[in-house]
Amino acid sequence: MSEMILLGTRKGTIIFDRINAKWRPRPITHAGVPVCYAARDPRDGTLWASLDHGHWGPKLSRSRDGGVTWVDIASLKYPKGARYIVKYLPIPDFDPESPSAQPEYADATVLKIWNITFGNANQPSRLYAGTIPGGLFVSDDGGDNWELNRPLWNHDSRGGDLFAGNATSENQWNGTPASIDYGIFEPGIHSIVVDPRDPNHIHVAVSTAGVLETTDGGQSWEGRNQGMLNDYMPNPESEWGHDPHFVTSCLGQPDHLWQQNHCGVFYSNNGANSWKKVSKPEVGVNFGFPIVADAKDGRTAWVVPARADAERMAIDGGLFVARTTDGGQSWQTFRDGLPQENAYDIGLRHGFDKSGDCLCFGSTTGNVYLSEDRGETWQSLGSNFPPIYSVRFG
Amino acid sequence: MPHVEMTQHLHRFFPQLKDRIITVPVGSVAKALLAINEIAPGFTDYVLDEHGALRRHVNISINDTVVIDKIKLSDRIPDDGTVYIFQSLSGG
Repeated sequence: MSEMILLGTRKGTIIFDRINAKWRPRPITHAGVPVCYAARDPRDGTLWASLDHGHWGPKLSRSRDGGVTWVDIASLKYPKGARYIVKYLPIPDFDPESPSAQPEYADATVLKIWNITFGNANQPSRLYAGTIPGGLFVSDDGGDNWELNRPLWNHDSRGGDLFAGNATSENQWNGTPASIDYGIFEPGIHSIVVDPRDPNHIHVAVSTAGVLETTDGGQSWEGRNQGMLNDYMPNPESEWGHDPHFVTSCLGQPDHLWQQNHCGVFYSNNGANSWKKVSKPEVGVNFGFPIVADAKDGRTAWVVPARADAERMAIDGGLFVARTTDGGQSWQTFRDGLPQENAYDIGLRHGFDKSGDCLCFGSTTGNVYLSEDRGETWQSLGSNFPPIYSVRFG
Repeated sequence: MPHVEMTQHLHRFFPQLKDRIITVPVGSVAKALLAINEIAPGFTDYVLDEHGALRRHVNISINDTVVIDKIKLSDRIPDDGTVYIFQSLSGG
């Protein structure tokens, strides 16, 4: 079991250490700076934090001494000529007929580094980063230099190769509400799942488009959204337009993937070739953001449910975690140790993690909860933290 | 020569810019920022995006006039001018 937990919060990075069987937080690092993601690279122990500076642009910060000192490294940058087709937030006075007549293009600028994912053990210097507006960046030197994955950026579902010229297909990637803070309405990549058996096999999840897969190390990508259902589009089974909130896989059985989607919980036991909706609204399992898969048993997963998109808060004022051990056919709910009245917490997409039998989640109201028995009972690690964006065991 | 004043927030990332008089060559704001970047490598990444445009929540003025060209930073700094680099108010 891990001896460290990293929190990315609105006011900085907070690291917990497990000392004498108790979890103790260190003083905050990156004080005052929003940190949208923080994690430890298990291959070499490097700590990473994605800084979401309001003024100075997104930056990655790296610590190679266990969090004692941190160094901000060179920003990820879109290459010259990286463009995208602008999307608009569908606000009430928005005329959908007007801008669709001709695509409007914009030069891409990194606005948020939403996720950092580490390569496999046999690629010790490989890192991935997902951004708003919808870029997958790859580093092969431990994060000193980054390169945009162009086949995904140039995918037909986004209008084709805009480096070469204007669109040759329709842009079917829609915006994520998470981009609105940056004055745009564009997609973001928040989940990157590398197959531990094969580093060339990767799934990414895009809000709002869906899941894509490469089996050739990122040279080509295919949509993997069969079986997905959405309830906000005219065609619920459309190929694109899905809103995965987070996608993860079972480390020991990587063909078992789990997806907490805007429209429910989805499960695949065939490497995302098809998905099955496994929500159980009657027990509160449907809407939410984070999802965690067991490391050994692909049929086991946990969620932190919330009411609905229009009520992003705990259900009826009581916080609970739900677990399935049968691929989503049934869900058990666990409330012991979690507040059952006047709780308005919501766990965000990166705010839930697992290590061994230990699970931990953080909420937007600054609560951190830990379970050491596979989610059945919970203890508070503190209730006065800043809004929590990410929780990762180190 | 023109000199530069900046928000102390930037000193947190570039302590070498603190407690010193920063002078830059006469010319464009872009040229002045490159001069600061020579003293503090990485500085331009904090105030400019990857296209060289001023970040959305950063302001630059020459004396008390906010620069007009925020894309190429071509506004000219006079010999006796002072460049101010500061952040727009945002957040909570």
